[in-house]
Amino acid sequence: MAEATTTVTVRDLGAQGMVTLRGDLADETLIKAVRKVTGLTVPGQRGFRRGKSGAVAWMSPDELLLLVPEDKAGSAVADLDRALDGQHHLAVDVSDARAMFAVEGPFAREVLAKCSPADLHPDSLPEGEIRRTRLGQVAAAFWCEGDGIWRVIVFRSVAGYAQALLERSARDGAVGAF
Amino acid sequence: MLILTCPNCGIAAEETELSPGGEAHLHRHGPGSSDGEFEEYLFLKENPRGVHFERWRHSHGCGKWFHAARDTATLQVFGTYSAQTTEPPQHIRDAITAARPGWRWRDFS
Repeated sequence: MAEATTTVTVRDLGAQGMVTLRGDLADETLIKAVRKVTGLTVPGQRGFRRGKSGAVAWMSPDELLLLVPEDKAGSAVADLDRALDGQHHLAVDVSDARAMFAVEGPFAREVLAKCSPADLHPDSLPEGEIRRTRLGQVAAAFWCEGDGIWRVIVFRSVAGYAQALLERSARDGAVGAF
Repeated sequence: MLILTCPNCGIAAEETELSPGGEAHLHRHGPGSSDGEFEEYLFLKENPRGVHFERWRHSHGCGKWFHAARDTATLQVFGTYSAQTTEPPQHIRDAITAARPGWRWRDFS
């Protein structure tokens, strides 16, 4: 293969606190509540923001995914519910429903591109943007956190499949497309 | 390959990322309607060779529904637009007219 001495590794990141928040993303109260829980502002369309204690990902026009430390997911939901009391919203701890992987190495972008119909060219999917798409046969979301550093989220029920798929793709080596 | 741009998240999604939702702008008649009207709503769909309006869901993406206007024969996409409408917006109709003058689909033209 083209990259004989360098490899891309696929690692299960284990427990990660994840909270789904649905509501009006332009609402001041919601923006304030998100800042209180994560210390971050609500990102724009397809945006991903990471801070010291967490991260916020734009999932759809009315949905955010908040990444918090695993032991903080419960209190994050409670904080959001308290702040948004009386207004239309949904905050759920989905930590146990999802699995998160680290895909890291020089051609990590290609490892994902081989499994997905998404356009992974650096111009189309730059750092700071999340892409929800398909990995092989399952739904997934991934984003870049630096040169050759990617994070992938899938449903936990298909985590085994996703890991095997990514490991196989990494083992097959670089294509040299990007 | 069919590529539709989801108006909800702005992604140019490839066909396998989407789920088809059938014909767009169906009208379900209310209480007191006839059996014939219900039959039309349920079964009598357009199946044109040419300009067509469809519903699609970005199921492997943002999960939202949207409308698409395209040509079933050439796969030319005239545009995508919000699901929250009962008829195609004017800019979509204009785009179709530019490519297919004199087009007609149900009551729209």
